[in-house]
Amino acid sequence: MKEFISHALDVAKAKGARYADIRIIDHREQVVTVKNGNVDGIGDQYSQGFGIRVLVGNSWGFASSAYVAMAEIERVATLAVKIAKASATVPGEDVNLGSSVTSTGQYTTPIEVDPFSISLEQKLDLLFRADEILRRNSGVKVSEANAIAIRNHKFFSNTEGALVEQIIYEGGGAIAATAVSETEVQIRSHPNSFRYQGTSGWEYVTNADLVGNAERVAAEAVALLSADVCPSKETTLILDSSQLALQIHESCGHPTELDRVFGTEAAFAGRSFLTTEKRNKFRYGSDIVNLTADSVRATGLGTFGWDDEGVPASSTPLVRNGEFVGYLMSRETASKLALESNGCMRADGWNRIPLIRMTNVSLEPGTWELDDIIADTEDGIFMETNRSWSIDDMRLNFQFGTEIGYEIERGKRGRLLKNCTYTGITPDFWKSCDAIGNSRHWRLWGTPNCGKGEPMQTMGTGHGASPARFRNVKVGVFR
Amino acid sequence: MNFRQIAEAVMAASFADETEVLAMEQNESLTRFANNYIHQNVTERNVQITVRSVIETKIGIAVSNDVRPERLRELAIRAYDVAKLQPENPEFKGLPPPQALTSVKAFDGAVAECTPEQRAASVGIICRKAADRGCSAAGSMTTSSLNVGVANSKGVFAEHRFTLADESTVIMGQNSSGWAQRTGWQLAAVEAESLADEALSKVTMGADPVDFEPGEYAVVLDPYATADLLEMLAYDGMGALAVQEGRSWMNGRIGQRIMADNVSIIDDGMSTGGIPWPFDFEGVPKKVVPVVASGVAVSPVYDSFTAGREDGKQSTGHATPPSPQGRFGPAPMNLFLRAGSTSVEAMIKSTKFGLYITRFWYTRTVHPRDAVVTGMTRDGTFVIRDGEIAHPVKSLRFTQSYVEALKYAQAIGETTRVLRSGFGGAVSVPAVKLAKFRFTSSTR
Repeated sequence: MKEFISHALDVAKAKGARYADIRIIDHREQVVTVKNGNVDGIGDQYSQGFGIRVLVGNSWGFASSAYVAMAEIERVATLAVKIAKASATVPGEDVNLGSSVTSTGQYTTPIEVDPFSISLEQKLDLLFRADEILRRNSGVKVSEANAIAIRNHKFFSNTEGALVEQIIYEGGGAIAATAVSETEVQIRSHPNSFRYQGTSGWEYVTNADLVGNAERVAAEAVALLSADVCPSKETTLILDSSQLALQIHESCGHPTELDRVFGTEAAFAGRSFLTTEKRNKFRYGSDIVNLTADSVRATGLGTFGWDDEGVPASSTPLVRNGEFVGYLMSRETASKLALESNGCMRADGWNRIPLIRMTNVSLEPGTWELDDIIADTEDGIFMETNRSWSIDDMRLNFQFGTEIGYEIERGKRGRLLKNCTYTGITPDFWKSCDAIGNSRHWRLWGTPNCGKGEPMQTMGTGHGASPARFRNVKVGVFR
Repeated sequence: MNFRQIAEAVMAASFADETEVLAMEQNESLTRFANNYIHQNVTERNVQITVRSVIETKIGIAVSNDVRPERLRELAIRAYDVAKLQPENPEFKGLPPPQALTSVKAFDGAVAECTPEQRAASVGIICRKAADRGCSAAGSMTTSSLNVGVANSKGVFAEHRFTLADESTVIMGQNSSGWAQRTGWQLAAVEAESLADEALSKVTMGADPVDFEPGEYAVVLDPYATADLLEMLAYDGMGALAVQEGRSWMNGRIGQRIMADNVSIIDDGMSTGGIPWPFDFEGVPKKVVPVVASGVAVSPVYDSFTAGREDGKQSTGHATPPSPQGRFGPAPMNLFLRAGSTSVEAMIKSTKFGLYITRFWYTRTVHPRDAVVTGMTRDGTFVIRDGEIAHPVKSLRFTQSYVEALKYAQAIGETTRVLRSGFGGAVSVPAVKLAKFRFTSSTR
């Protein structure tokens, strides 16, 4: 492997690159999906290849190939330089990568049980058991259960002397029940909507207790069909930690990506309202709001040893006591603010360039017990588990929907509500936060499907949160 | 290794009752620009081979991008081993048999051979035009050549080589922006000069937007916004799997007049007016499917699995690639909203009070059964008053049933635009005028 790496970097330098890096990746993924008592999908996916990124003058080029062979490495390195030279015909600002990155070492996700050591028979057995319980409820039209295991083995090296090897494991699984009436569809999921994943071994699936939650999930899906519709009004909103995780992802994680701030995602993923003059001078949320980006917390989908520029994993405050203080950064963007990268460059495969991506962006725990938040709420709605999401290109105007909700009346959880939605403007919303659950209620969730970049890249990000309360929120947007 | 060699290597190694090989070989290059310079410039060469092994009614899937003969043999064995583990699935009626295929030309050597220098020259035109006007351009140009092959042990052998060119830009002024996009299988379909001019015209029109009260208004949608109507309706239920599972907007509406009689939506994989594909990912020839005819909901599209669940149904040639993650179900990839006879200018002139909208952004389903969607307007939203564009407004959020929106289609544009679609295909869409569209909030 070292021979391939050295040759790629030597060719890039010889052709004129002032900086080059290479990633060689071997990706294995195993997915099992059971639906309505049948296997809906099952199998292994393998992908291997390499990508070479070069900087010629102040212009970037990148080329990649699935064919890991010496002759192909030479062709691809040469092509990357040719592409960079073409980029130079439409030039921009000088590129400064800041301090050299010379990381060396190995990192492997700490796991208890290798998810690939669990046989497909064992995985199917677990999923069939959960699926069977979902289907016991005659009101369930579609029952689903899935499990996933990922092993990503990658090498990174650059012309500055970095050489790191990482094996990142991911494990996950989830169940969902869909109930259907003449006029509508209701879904309940566990532990979360989308796939539930973490950098972990099979223990992540075991701990999710899919079988133990199946009966409740089925019953809730069916009950939602006859539940009252979420009222339209301005009220107090309490979000469970999984919905709050996606709120953080969309309204804090994305706007703190420094490439968006500099406009390089303007045409696709969008820009950000958190422009550079606001750093350390802008009230993002109330005094109790503290948001952190890290790549070190156990099981986070943004947890690793080094990012895809070889920068070590770290932890960075983004919002401290309500004030906006930090960004997610690459080497190139950090240098524009006279800062060093905090290691947020990530690519979703060998055939994609690294982009600034969220690592684990989390709301730090507060001091409240969830029961006390509810008891302290005269009138409001508790919403749980994401169902829909949308936010504008500056990350200000958002609208979310959840699978389930409950009315809060005089400090007590009341009637079940369906089709719950809420909308707001990001800083107004976070400034209205007046209660955050304590560390007993804090949970690190995974979002495995974050899209960004062209060609599109799908990245897993982590988000920790406790339930929290927000005042004067518009709910029930569409009845 | 060419597709026939790949298919033969897998078939020779397979012990399964039935075996299918799908290979998608791709050479894709993308030049991306922002702030009037190229900041990302990439190319990729890859092949994805998907093997489906069938033992009685059990299916195993294995996917790889390694074409070495020994790896292809291992792939066949892995898919077989996976199939062995499962219980029978009586709903699966087997892989489709071979059918006569018609080839369609969709390959342009100029796209396949497009160089990084040519892409840079094209996006450079946009960047310079934007800079000359004191604006900032961002966007991308993609050139792809793909070879898709499907073969199965029943005798299916289908291969289609095609190209795709796409160029788009958002150009930003002081407080306004404009968007333009071109897609086609020929390089001539993307033309940077007109692309930049179109986006810049919206920048000029949109300068100094004002707040606007959300509510229900008539709207005139540019084709970019119309494309979202078709794509979300496709996602929310033009496939038979969604209908069979009761989560489609077509449930309970087939045979009913649910949209205005000037609305006809068809999927036509052979039409050279779009990005043609002659067959689906099971090698079944694509049939023309009227999804909505003169406002009446007619039929979803089928693959062999969903067709096998209903008596007398045949696949319409709309299978998506098999995946270990589960069945996505059949999907239309070549949608056309039939053109009408009204120009955008005439639509605006006939509007007493309403909004003219360039495109929608970040749209997501709120309620699938009615295709209720929320999203934002972007890159040019304008008030129409007394038949004229009065002034620009800030972007608005809408929450609206797309089925209901098309019930109030008052006019359909006389020309259509082909646009790359999220399904990997394309949509061909005109502008539309809708009498009612519900806006639920605004942004800053």
